[in-house]
Amino acid sequence: MTDRSRPRLIVLRVFVLTLLVTLFGRLVALQVVGGDDYAEAASANRVRPVVQTAPRGEVLDVRGTPLVRNRTALVVSVDRSALLRQPDDGAAVLERLATVVGTPAAELTRSITPCGDDVAPPCWRGSPYQPVPVAEYDAGDAAGLQRVLRIEERREEFPGVRADFTTVRDYPKGTLAAHLLGYLGPISPEETSQPDYDGVTATALVGRAGVEATYDGDLRGRDGVTEVLVDRFGAVAGEQGSTPPVPGDTLVLSIDAAVQGIAEKALAGAIDRARDLRARGSGARLVADSGSVVVMEARTGRVVAMASYPSYDPSVFVGGASPAEYARLVDEEQGAPLVFRAIQGAYAPASTFKVVSTIGAVESGDYPLLGRYPCPGVYGPTGQRNFDSAALGTVDLRQALVKSCDTVFYKFAYEAWQRDGGNDPVQEPRDPMVRMAQAFGLGSRTGVDLPSERRGTIADRAYKQSLWEQTRDNRCKGAVNPELSAERRRANEEYCEDGNRFRGGDATNFSIGQGDTLVTPLQLATVYAAIANGGKVLEPHVARALVSASGQVREIAPEVRTTVPTSPEVLAYVREALAGVTQPGGTAAGAFAGSPVEVAGKTGTGEVAGKQDTSWFASFAPADAPELVVVGMVSQGGTGGTVAAPMVREVYDGIYGPGGLPGGRLPAALPRALTAARPAPAAVTP
Amino acid sequence: MTVLAPVRLGRRDASLRERATGRDSPLRRLDWVLGLAVLALIGIGSLLVWSATRQRMLDADLDPQAFLKRHLINAVIGMTLASVATLVDYRSLQAYAPVVYLASCLGLVAVLTPLGSTINGAHSWIVLGGGFQVQPAELAKVALVVGMAMLLADVRDPERGPRDGDVVLVLALAAVPIALIMLQPDLGTVLVLVFIVLGVLAMSGAPLRWVAGLLVAGALVCVTAVQAGVLDDYQVDRFAAFANPELDPRGVGYNTNQARIAIGSGGLLGKGLFEGTQTAGRFIPEQQTDFVFTVAGEELGLVGASVLLALLGTVLWRGLRIASRSPDPFGRLLAAGVVCWFSFQSFVNVGMTLGIMPVTGLPLPFVSYGGSAMFANLVAVGLLQNVHLSSREL
Repeated sequence: MTDRSRPRLIVLRVFVLTLLVTLFGRLVALQVVGGDDYAEAASANRVRPVVQTAPRGEVLDVRGTPLVRNRTALVVSVDRSALLRQPDDGAAVLERLATVVGTPAAELTRSITPCGDDVAPPCWRGSPYQPVPVAEYDAGDAAGLQRVLRIEERREEFPGVRADFTTVRDYPKGTLAAHLLGYLGPISPEETSQPDYDGVTATALVGRAGVEATYDGDLRGRDGVTEVLVDRFGAVAGEQGSTPPVPGDTLVLSIDAAVQGIAEKALAGAIDRARDLRARGSGARLVADSGSVVVMEARTGRVVAMASYPSYDPSVFVGGASPAEYARLVDEEQGAPLVFRAIQGAYAPASTFKVVSTIGAVESGDYPLLGRYPCPGVYGPTGQRNFDSAALGTVDLRQALVKSCDTVFYKFAYEAWQRDGGNDPVQEPRDPMVRMAQAFGLGSRTGVDLPSERRGTIADRAYKQSLWEQTRDNRCKGAVNPELSAERRRANEEYCEDGNRFRGGDATNFSIGQGDTLVTPLQLATVYAAIANGGKVLEPHVARALVSASGQVREIAPEVRTTVPTSPEVLAYVREALAGVTQPGGTAAGAFAGSPVEVAGKTGTGEVAGKQDTSWFASFAPADAPELVVVGMVSQGGTGGTVAAPMVREVYDGIYGPGGLPGGRLPAALPRALTAARPAPAAVTP
Repeated sequence: MTVLAPVRLGRRDASLRERATGRDSPLRRLDWVLGLAVLALIGIGSLLVWSATRQRMLDADLDPQAFLKRHLINAVIGMTLASVATLVDYRSLQAYAPVVYLASCLGLVAVLTPLGSTINGAHSWIVLGGGFQVQPAELAKVALVVGMAMLLADVRDPERGPRDGDVVLVLALAAVPIALIMLQPDLGTVLVLVFIVLGVLAMSGAPLRWVAGLLVAGALVCVTAVQAGVLDDYQVDRFAAFANPELDPRGVGYNTNQARIAIGSGGLLGKGLFEGTQTAGRFIPEQQTDFVFTVAGEELGLVGASVLLALLGTVLWRGLRIASRSPDPFGRLLAAGVVCWFSFQSFVNVGMTLGIMPVTGLPLPFVSYGGSAMFANLVAVGLLQNVHLSSREL
């Protein structure tokens, strides 16, 4: 052996030993230290969940009439990632697809582009990895199926385009109660990880508006999952376990489809007629751009009908609303039909608010219920005029409401403001009318079981303060802006100085529901319900019950939010006064002449800066034993007596009049067919 | 004379028996530790190959034992070849070296002609028909070990080791099969051959500057090869995936990820033979050949995989022992060359399943399915035994 060989052989030994020890060390690291993680990965590797979509629950009206059902449709969808693998990013495919489905290619491109920081709507709101539906054809639509066939026959020309049979929402009553029912949209990538959407697949459609959104968790059911064992090639090797799909609950609304139809018809008709009328003052034709009617049970807060104009066809959301359609639905210029005016539109309540002012003044202890008060044409301290400058002499509170005398309320409000220190307010002002408005639930959400409700505004001291803090800087700059007129500069300067001050004019304006105080039609309905039912401010509900597939019924119980701090005598007095409004001499006498039911109500004409008046009528009936509250509102609809009151009358006629509801009553019990156990609908696998 | 004839015949008869069973018989004098370790590896390997292929064959409605049977046939043929390599006269071994060398080079050239076939991306095979195919590159390993041992042992001054001229000659001869295999391309085998060249040169007592120089040159060649695009994209990708295993787990990194999941999920005791979900689910490609160690890791756990490593270690230990006890440089270099081959190839193979070496497509000696490799490995073991026997004779 050479001298050199011996040590080198030892080196080789050490080397070999090192290699073996290295392998062993790594083996220990993988199998002992990381063993659990890898065991998990191995089982995840092998188990693939196969989802069986649970059928979404139907939505019925209070009599069991279906408002939302499911139907099978053929949905054409585009897999964007597959398109992007095309040499031209799929432009040619979209061009071909455009000719088949009849949507311009540019619009298809927009509709499949995921929304992002630099991508504004119209765009795709769902997961970027999910096929985007671009067209939908009913399973019974032969011409539509023919189109899809053109895609299927030439698959190679349409890479990334697929057509699948899917269950989609169906609206047997068309556009009826569209806002209330809502629609479905793709779940967003962020939502999939939220607990509310536990068990919802990334490609699912979830409720985006209306009861579809509020009761999404109940309507959704629970998808079934079969855990299939697969090999690397996806070949099924067996099943590990499966949970069957649980169908979604059936949602029974308190809505009566018949009354809803009456309300929508009355609303559309009133708006049509208003457009032939001329506005007070300017004499221009009324715009009557939008409106709402709310019909609610006075004692329970159950909503019987809730109409909003303009409306839209909820089926445009089936298979995904195209970006252009969605843009049209939210475009202010085109009336923003997607906005649910009953809960998302807030307007100055005008004279309908006087019921609150009356009770506030009486409960302050300063103005006896049965006292008599002057109703001059002009209220001296503020110089504010009565409507049409009418002077009625000395009146009682009933007359003040029936004739809608503003100056009586100016006096109450101004004097209360003075007692609170006037321009130099005391530490804790009593603000009786503001307190009463709050007690009636104004300025806060009613808590109705619908999403995106507005809370409205009470234009009180705090409101003035915060508004001033937000706008002060701008206004102060405006005070020294030479481009503005001297008058504007002076106004800005004053506001800059003490715009946060709650002035006497603010108090008087508030007392007649004008100014910055805003209410939604539904809020006003809860106010009139409270007057009708003895002071209970109810939480309105549109849902009556949820019925599971096995027939289990969960009733949604009426809820009282608060009780108005007043006496039954005061409420009875106000009710009696409101009954006079529809009688000869009242502001709504004309509209209610010959009414089939005695209606108690109040007209309102809200002044809106830069717009025509908001026409209001808030009411309940029968006047002596109130059951229903009906509130009608037409934006830019002129005076309450000429537009809103006849509209509400039409609703009462539909309910109580000849050919109306039997006995003018709503069913007290749920439809019997629902409470009996129903067979579970067959699982639908798309 | 005629009287003696029967005696001679009788003696021959006796010697046959004696040679088989006698105290000095080669059978008795064999390195049985080495032999038994190799047999154990082949036995365990058979089970692993069976497990890796059983489910796939069942799914395809084929004989689930088909791979097992052929693997065992290969082992028997290999052991026969090993016996021949053991019993060939030690001195004449050197004479065969040029023949083996030339045969392997011819085979490697044939692979590059239309006679060769591409299997799994490497143009490394000659299909013989009847379902048989050979991989001349495996033969080249044997040829290189024997050839280098012969050339480097036969130097003018055994005390000083080979001179520069000897080294250059050896390198030139080694370059031929390496270049031919590079053309296939079979990077794994090239690496093994380069390692054998380095190892045998180092053991031969060649000046260290050669060893160091070759290491540097090898590194330079690797870098240039990657940059000049000599390597196929898939080879570069494999290295990239090795550098970053999370890279594209469904693509390039898929194999190594799945391999690690299989081994890691085996834990201490494994899931049991035939019970591996990764194995039965066919998540690991080439599992009966290059990734056979994953079956051991998943189904036999740390215990089983360690036994496998220990058996490989035993083979290497006996090889090193034979090398150090060899009376002449030829035997020593031969044994050292085999040890270099087995150790490097085992390390690369197991290391790639464990994610510490790039995927290069090398079988695990004695364990992986594959006839040519089995034959070459067992012939190498036969040569070790031959050296072992010769050292006892002196």
